[in-house]
Amino acid sequence: MLASMLQRIRNAPPRYWLVVVVALFFAGLPTVVSSFSAGLWAHALIFVIAIMGLNILIGYSGQLSLGHGAFMALGAYTMAILVSRYHVNYLATIPIAGLLTGVVGFVFGIPALRLSALYLALATFALAVVTPNFIARPDKFTGGNHGIILAAPDPPQFAKDAFAAVTGTPMTGDQWIYYLTAAIGALLFWLAWNLVRHRAGRAMRAIRDGEVAAAASGVNIAAYKTLAFGISAFYAGIAGSLYGIVTGFVSPETFPVTLSIALLVGAVIGGLASTAGPLLGGIFVYYLPIESNQWVPSQSWIPGQIASAVEKAGPAVTYGVVLILIMIFAPNGIVGLIVAGYTRLRRRLRGVADRDIGQMPPASQTVP
Amino acid sequence: MQALIQQVISGIASGGIFASLALALVLIYNAMGLVNFAQGEMAMFATFIAFTLIDRGLSYWIAFPVTLVIAFAGGVLIQRVVIRPVERAPVLTLVIITLGMATLINGLAGFIWGYVPRSIPSPFSVGTYSVLGAVVSYQDIGVIAISAVVLLLIYLLLQRTTIGLTMRAAAHHPEASRLLGVRVSWMLALGWGLAAAVGAVSGIMVAPVLFLEPNMMQAIIVYAFAAAVLGGIESPLGAVVGGVIVGVTVNLAGALPFVGGDLELAVALAIIIAVLLVRPNGLFGRPSVRRV
Repeated sequence: MLASMLQRIRNAPPRYWLVVVVALFFAGLPTVVSSFSAGLWAHALIFVIAIMGLNILIGYSGQLSLGHGAFMALGAYTMAILVSRYHVNYLATIPIAGLLTGVVGFVFGIPALRLSALYLALATFALAVVTPNFIARPDKFTGGNHGIILAAPDPPQFAKDAFAAVTGTPMTGDQWIYYLTAAIGALLFWLAWNLVRHRAGRAMRAIRDGEVAAAASGVNIAAYKTLAFGISAFYAGIAGSLYGIVTGFVSPETFPVTLSIALLVGAVIGGLASTAGPLLGGIFVYYLPIESNQWVPSQSWIPGQIASAVEKAGPAVTYGVVLILIMIFAPNGIVGLIVAGYTRLRRRLRGVADRDIGQMPPASQTVP
Repeated sequence: MQALIQQVISGIASGGIFASLALALVLIYNAMGLVNFAQGEMAMFATFIAFTLIDRGLSYWIAFPVTLVIAFAGGVLIQRVVIRPVERAPVLTLVIITLGMATLINGLAGFIWGYVPRSIPSPFSVGTYSVLGAVVSYQDIGVIAISAVVLLLIYLLLQRTTIGLTMRAAAHHPEASRLLGVRVSWMLALGWGLAAAVGAVSGIMVAPVLFLEPNMMQAIIVYAFAAAVLGGIESPLGAVVGGVIVGVTVNLAGALPFVGGDLELAVALAIIIAVLLVRPNGLFGRPSVRRV
């Protein structure tokens, strides 16, 4: 029994080890960084969750949505209204927000079936632009432009005890939300990983790469395309509800069109249709503005006037440049670059080793 | 009744603005089957250039054509540098690249000119004129006149000149055109330049009404999308008709109490979705046939 388990662990492919290392990193992070940083990382992980969903839609099913900020808004407001008006426990609102947004996304996916990729992009973009106005309108319900303020949640006793036992300091609200986000993120990652590697994922990729061929092979195009929309909206709804919990405040300005674009940037930079892409992309889009806003004013050689302009315009310029460069030169994003680099390195190393012992490199290497 | 005529005329004026931007979208769609999400930001950037020229003491009527020339050059440059390497890429890639351009241009404008809204002078005197008993501002009449002239010029260029014929040929039958000695890629660049210039007209026209700042065109581009989709995205005439219809509809809807100014944009979204679901080819578009 034990031996066979050890055997299985020894034979696990390297990517499983990578998952374990990443999980350990994120589990241990709040014990070494400040509570404030943990709060920031929670934000970043929320972006990761939303981008995981977007990646299923764009990367695997090949449908472009520029309006995922709207789904996040729906999730956040579902959570906020349930908590503030109906006094539902905030933990219970997370799945409700996710499911409700998922259903809306699924329904939205039905008319989207009739649209070409271009028109879908156009309609979802318009949706993203209109979202803040839509939210502000039923002001009795959504609090209008003032938004809804929520109390910061308190960590439960078991988490407090466990954290205090490890670090010796009491757990703060930010740290609790970080762990909550990380746990939900891990669950959703596992879900997405299984989804894309099995029947549904194969069907979606088949549709993306050739709709006619997929239909001819018996794939139900309409079902899988709307399913992809529903699942990705579900992710966005969960991310939105967590976003509202971590900021403790939702308002129409929380969900501008730039949020939708940032999500797209994250999905593209990390690498479309890759499992690890959303993690890297989400962290990149969240930390880029924060880091650049800290770094630029700290540099004395940059004139103050330029520094203050960079603070506001810098992220937009960088997002734009990065989007264009990635799409032209590295359509598979950071993950694509890493994989290509790793393959090259391994080929070179193995080639050298083969030469050392006086053997010809294997024939497969000559085939590109 | 007077109020209605008044709303309709100011709707036509905003329609002229939407029509110019929608025409810019159509020009690029016809050239390469792509909706340019950066069109609004390109227009906004051109408007900032016009503003700077006027600020430096140039008269409005000199700054206006100079800006159009700069916008034209800018459009050609963008096509040569950014779009040409990916001309044959899937449409998803192209859309993401134009979105990247939109973000980049928006950020650049913020970087150069800042985010403080500026008022840009109107070239038309502050007066009103009476049409059928309704009071109409010179501003509205001027915008309608300029839009009409620009749209007419584009029509003449495309339909009545050799260069227009060549551009249309390059867009519709690239291979055949190439065999006949048309430099197809440069014709695409020309299309981008033309689109940038036409779009710039809409930016300069709208700036006195709104305030000039990097996000000025964010709403206007949605109206232009609605206009282009309504007209059938490949038809220049459709863009103009669509622009006017969207302008008037939005203006009239905005006067209704349950829509109001804050949901005018939602009317545009409703138009887009309704057209795409009921009549995806718009008013003037031909049904597309796809070979599988």
